[in-house]
Amino acid sequence: MEEIKRIGSPKDLENLRRRLKLKKRTDKPVISICVSTGCAALGSMKVLEAIKAELEKQGLAEAVNVKETGCLGFCEQGPRLSIHPKDICYFKVKPEDAQEIVSKTVVKGEVVERLLYKDPATGKVARRLDEIPFYRHQVRPLLANNERIDPKSIEDYIALGGYEALAKALFKMTPEDVIEEIKRANLRGRGGGGFPTGIKWETTRKAPGHVKYVIVNCDEGDPGAFMDRSLMEGNPHSVLEGLIIGGYAVGAGEGFVYVREEYPLAAENITNAIRQAEEYGLLGENILGSGFNFKVRVHRGAGAFVSGESSALMNAIEGCIGEPRPKYVHTAVKGVWGKPSCLNNVKTWANVPLIILKGAEWFRKIGTEGSSGTAIFSLVGKVNNTGLVEVPMGITLRDLIYKIGGGIKDGKKFKAVQTGGPSGGFIPEQYLDLPVDFDELYKVGSMMGSGGMVVMDEDTCMVDAARFFIDFLLEESCGKCIPCREGLRLLSRILNEICEGKGVEEDITIIEEIAETMRDASLCALGTTAANPVLTSLKYFRDEWDQHLKAKRCPAKACKALINYYIDPEKCQACQLCRRECPTGAIQGGVDQVHWIEQDKCVKCGSCYEACRFNAIVKISGEPIPPPPPKGTKPVRRRGGR
Amino acid sequence: MGLKLRIDDKDVEAMEGETILDAARKLGIEIPTLCYHEGLEPYGACRICSVEIEKNGRKKIVAACCYPAEEGLNVKTRTPRIDRIRRIIIELAAINVGEDLSGKFLELAAEYKADTSRFLHKVKVEPSKCILCGLCVRRCVEACWDSVIGFVGRGVNRRIVMYPEKASVCSTCDHCHGICPTGRITSIGPDPPFPSIYDVLAGRE
Repeated sequence: MEEIKRIGSPKDLENLRRRLKLKKRTDKPVISICVSTGCAALGSMKVLEAIKAELEKQGLAEAVNVKETGCLGFCEQGPRLSIHPKDICYFKVKPEDAQEIVSKTVVKGEVVERLLYKDPATGKVARRLDEIPFYRHQVRPLLANNERIDPKSIEDYIALGGYEALAKALFKMTPEDVIEEIKRANLRGRGGGGFPTGIKWETTRKAPGHVKYVIVNCDEGDPGAFMDRSLMEGNPHSVLEGLIIGGYAVGAGEGFVYVREEYPLAAENITNAIRQAEEYGLLGENILGSGFNFKVRVHRGAGAFVSGESSALMNAIEGCIGEPRPKYVHTAVKGVWGKPSCLNNVKTWANVPLIILKGAEWFRKIGTEGSSGTAIFSLVGKVNNTGLVEVPMGITLRDLIYKIGGGIKDGKKFKAVQTGGPSGGFIPEQYLDLPVDFDELYKVGSMMGSGGMVVMDEDTCMVDAARFFIDFLLEESCGKCIPCREGLRLLSRILNEICEGKGVEEDITIIEEIAETMRDASLCALGTTAANPVLTSLKYFRDEWDQHLKAKRCPAKACKALINYYIDPEKCQACQLCRRECPTGAIQGGVDQVHWIEQDKCVKCGSCYEACRFNAIVKISGEPIPPPPPKGTKPVRRRGGR
Repeated sequence: MGLKLRIDDKDVEAMEGETILDAARKLGIEIPTLCYHEGLEPYGACRICSVEIEKNGRKKIVAACCYPAEEGLNVKTRTPRIDRIRRIIIELAAINVGEDLSGKFLELAAEYKADTSRFLHKVKVEPSKCILCGLCVRRCVEACWDSVIGFVGRGVNRRIVMYPEKASVCSTCDHCHGICPTGRITSIGPDPPFPSIYDVLAGRE
């Protein structure tokens, strides 16, 4: 029987929701498996197949629901699998575990201990998500539903209250009411700029013209960031619902979803969501019988970081090269094809239904006075727990890194954290207690960005880190304006020279002059912010720069050209391991003869350093290399050695 | 209705849609430009026309060729900060131009006391004499209704080429030749000044 899906009124939507809830309220256990990019790369599709096969084998295929869901953020522990209603969470699941999971946990309700998360710090195991330190300190209004929803199923979303906000906006609020509510909530642009969303919407609404557009910016290109991808892959309807409400509020009849080329699953899921919403009458002509018409198109990017910039993105939508254009007249007034275009980040749109449904007061209670709501960060680098974290604005960097991130890896010392993507600044230890929000980060020379957060430890060279990000931006600059194109080329050259020990003190003056010109005169935000990593590195870690310039020494021992590997004859056990690993045959010595490195042959690849089990290989920088031991020197055998 | 603004302490009235540059020219105040041309849409790429504006008590650097005239705007076209920015932009652009300077670029370098060889030893780039202002490209598209030449590449790899399939269409109108601020385009016609896209891809430029 062909089911008529089209929902004609808010009442129909409520009825459907009630039916769906009843249907889902069975005693059937549910196994939900993350099939987002992170877990899929770790083999979650194979786990899924194995679970299905095992259920089939044990005759439970009908009795258990298997659900493919989105990302929960703790990707390094993937593939993740949860079993409801007990909410037991398993990590690092392999296809071989399927038999045990089904026969023990599903049938008998027993827990498979070895698949539970074990806190490396305390050794405590956690059965449920909220028992894991990584999750305990998070507040997750945006990401929480990723676990409960099959991103390909609109019914899952509707059952959990989806599109209720849309019905409320269309039938109980005028467009002005919607804008007022967003303004009162103090929602600020989650793409990084932090511009008040309500004011942007109002600008577009008041801009002259009948044809207006609303656009989702999903061109997230920061190295190591995947917040927008996870939302788009895991809960595309929440973004779509926000967009439709936005379209209603600003008076747009059409919306675009700009998805970067590198996110195929995100594009697939949002395309599917749009098709389903059309089938259900939540998109298209006369939405829910309100008389409001709205359609959405997906636009795939072509692989340029700079296309995330609003005017470049709009150029790309028009079919032109994704290059920024002068925008002293805001894109909210003159955007795609010269029409008023309201562009917001994925996370901004996803916040909209929550605000409409729960109210501005609810939203303002989360976060700080100036920055309401939650922020999603992609916490990566030298922390114990890496992944996506959603926290209230105003949490301190220390809590983020130590409570949620579990502190620095291998007991090393914290050095700096970079927020805001490649053009964010480095924040040193003295600011660890800084509350994280739009305004505070700006004050110390960094920014919120779209939520990248890279933690660096004592082994990171801050000159080298600045070089890395400048080189990234050099690759990604569109090359249109002179300060950005040539400034980055010059900065990159100078930084590379300093890292190679060829820097001169005059370089600092040049860097500062170039940085000033880039900040003041570049065409778009890529250029104006590009020098942030260099400037903050200079400001907070000047000593490291001086060491590179004057002593030709890299204190963190990270700059290849400035270090040498050396084998400590006191510690070497002549085990030959490093000799076998060395790709250039630079390591001399032999059986029962202490090894030494022939420096001329050494390419400083670090293979020997990784291979040595006796910590005999050391990196030295800026000091003379001790001469090799006399030929035939016997190793000093350690007691208890192998 | 005219918009009243102040440029270098002189009052001027501008029409809706005019830029700071337009208003300044009415006063006879010279703001240097490289990528600007009266007959073409402002492009905002060279940034040499940067000026300082004061708005709501905050100072900001903007490109005069694109920034629309606003009521009550206070503009300064020559301050130490602006001169420094212009000097560095010329020095940066010189990376591409090389030491063989000519035309408007040479005049500007002299006026702003730019050391055009300052960065040449730092960045070893084969000078192409082209600062990628895009005037020739836009002239070709906007004024001649054709695009025989265009940009390829991104960032420091950006360059201007003649599209091979269009090479025969080039009407040798000479407009690109006349508009070039650095004297890069020296010849027209059968021996095109631009390498074809095939040459670029094959590294034969």
